[in-house]
Amino acid sequence: MKPVIQLEKINKIYAGAVSVHAVRDVSLQIEKGEFVAVMGSSGSGKSTLMNLLGCLDRATNGRYLLDGEDISELGRNDLADIRNEKVGFVFQGFNLLSRTSALENVELPMLYTRKKSQASQRERALLALERVGLSDRTDHHPNQLSGGQQQRVAIARALANDPSLILADEPTGNLDTQTSVEIMGLFQALNEQGITLIMVTHELDIARFTKRNIVMRDGRVTSDQPVTNRLVATEEFQRLREEQRAVQLAP
Amino acid sequence: MRFFAILKIAARALRRNKMRTLLTMLGIIIGVGAVIAMVAIGNGAKARIEAQIASLGQNVIMIMSGNVSRGGFRMAFGSPGTLKVEDYDAIRREVEGVAGISPELRTSAQIIAGNQNHFPAIRGVGEDYVQIRSWDFASGQNFSDADVRNANKVALIGQTASDILFGEGSDPVGQVIRIKGAPFTVVGLLKRKGMSMSGTDEDDAVFLPYTSAMKRLTGDTSFRSFNVQAESPSLVPEVQSQITDLLRQRHRIGPGREDDFIVRTQQEITDASTETAKTMTLLLGSIAGGSLLVGGIGIMNIMLVSVTERTREIGVRMAVGARSWDILWQFLIEAVALSLVGGLIGIGLGVGSAKIVSTKLGWTTVVSPESILIAFFFSAIIGIFFGFYPARKASQLDPIDALRYE
Repeated sequence: MKPVIQLEKINKIYAGAVSVHAVRDVSLQIEKGEFVAVMGSSGSGKSTLMNLLGCLDRATNGRYLLDGEDISELGRNDLADIRNEKVGFVFQGFNLLSRTSALENVELPMLYTRKKSQASQRERALLALERVGLSDRTDHHPNQLSGGQQQRVAIARALANDPSLILADEPTGNLDTQTSVEIMGLFQALNEQGITLIMVTHELDIARFTKRNIVMRDGRVTSDQPVTNRLVATEEFQRLREEQRAVQLAP
Repeated sequence: MRFFAILKIAARALRRNKMRTLLTMLGIIIGVGAVIAMVAIGNGAKARIEAQIASLGQNVIMIMSGNVSRGGFRMAFGSPGTLKVEDYDAIRREVEGVAGISPELRTSAQIIAGNQNHFPAIRGVGEDYVQIRSWDFASGQNFSDADVRNANKVALIGQTASDILFGEGSDPVGQVIRIKGAPFTVVGLLKRKGMSMSGTDEDDAVFLPYTSAMKRLTGDTSFRSFNVQAESPSLVPEVQSQITDLLRQRHRIGPGREDDFIVRTQQEITDASTETAKTMTLLLGSIAGGSLLVGGIGIMNIMLVSVTERTREIGVRMAVGARSWDILWQFLIEAVALSLVGGLIGIGLGVGSAKIVSTKLGWTTVVSPESILIAFFFSAIIGIFFGFYPARKASQLDPIDALRYE
């Protein structure tokens, strides 16, 4: 079976007065069903790598196969189509359209899709919201939702067009611990259903919910290991609850 | 992306900021409204002039004495004259294709009928006058050429003058009116005609054979002007040149010398008068068009602001797969929607103000369907033209930069 992502000696150099070599010779393979955390300090090149993986940007050189398709040479519009059909984005700041209902936010990628689907747009959007547990919030606008709920809407939007992978950029960066664990729980559940997830984070705790950790420094991959003592979100959530109760019971 | 979906997005974006949308549209509303109202007023003036000139009669050629013609024919019009009664008779005799000919001497005098007296306009005319002006009789009949030849004391009377002198509804035919002491028998009552070109009541007049008027009232021996009616429109130029040749010959004007009279067809007079109205329409229209341009710039301005404000939204749309084209369309449709809705409201405003002008001020206004169509398409074009730059700017944003935009 083809890997979802195959990077071969990818380089990204930002030209300018001082040219920046943001990603150096990265070769990487991510199989279907993986759950990967990309970590590193700021300036390590992890965001650039995410942009490349998400087809928001193109590598200076090297080869990138997404679902076996070479996208290194594709133009702006083809990249837009790839993003639409194969990639779902989850951002740190949610990036939902304000004053637009959750349902319509989820429908957004479908507006731009060129592939035909059997089910109606509305049905698929409702299904996506059901998968993130927000069936009862479809008509709410982002400002009527909590941060965690907003991120769930964003995840539903990412799921809307049945992508090959979901890319999450610091998805818990704006959330408190408990909500973060909830979101990681959702990611783990989606991963169980076979969805490939790649997540950028700088929090070690959060990275431990994934199956594989990649660490970057100065544009290179310095470490790439499976997670041994993996956290399970449901258990972790239970533990947090008990801690809270203990705090409340303490005299 | 489906067109309907883009339309929905545009409608939502415009509804989100109602006040801003309204203010932006106001430029176009006022612009389109002004263009339509101004053109309606200009066209109204033109139509009015045309109607008034047409009321002179059909296929009419005017011959005016022109001894002061250097200042233009308007100054010459009505100046005393080089047109002798003999010239008039010669035209009548010699020019072919003439259906009718009549002078129109203008004077005024007190008229007494029974115990009533009145000061109507008095016109000295020929027997063809009522036919040239296609003026019908309400009662009685025209005076004859014999009446003209013999300077008989007969008169035709207009409705207003008749109402005043004899009372409303009564038939003046057969009655006697006294003008400067001389008794004139009324032989015909003319149907109502309305306002003349200069705004006076055409029906407040009494018509005498010009011979009688000259002899008993004015003492003139020459005409200031008279009108000739050609038998058909195609004969007008022919009759015009015949008259010119005849008068030059009779007045002994050598080749290369200027005429001492003026021959104008109705068409020429209409053209000269409507030219002014056209220039006016153009002037008013272009001033109003200027405000339309300002309205367009307003749209461009607000679209640029909107693109900047919604940079993140554009980034999100691009991230989820919107092509540059989709973004371009979205903003272009929004700009066009602004200008088209503004244009439609403006059309309403323009038509409304044209109506108000005509009812409150009594001006004739003509709202032409063309001006509405042009205004509609023009506002669409303004939307496309002024919306394109902001829309293109939005569509060319880099998705990564747009997503990071604060």
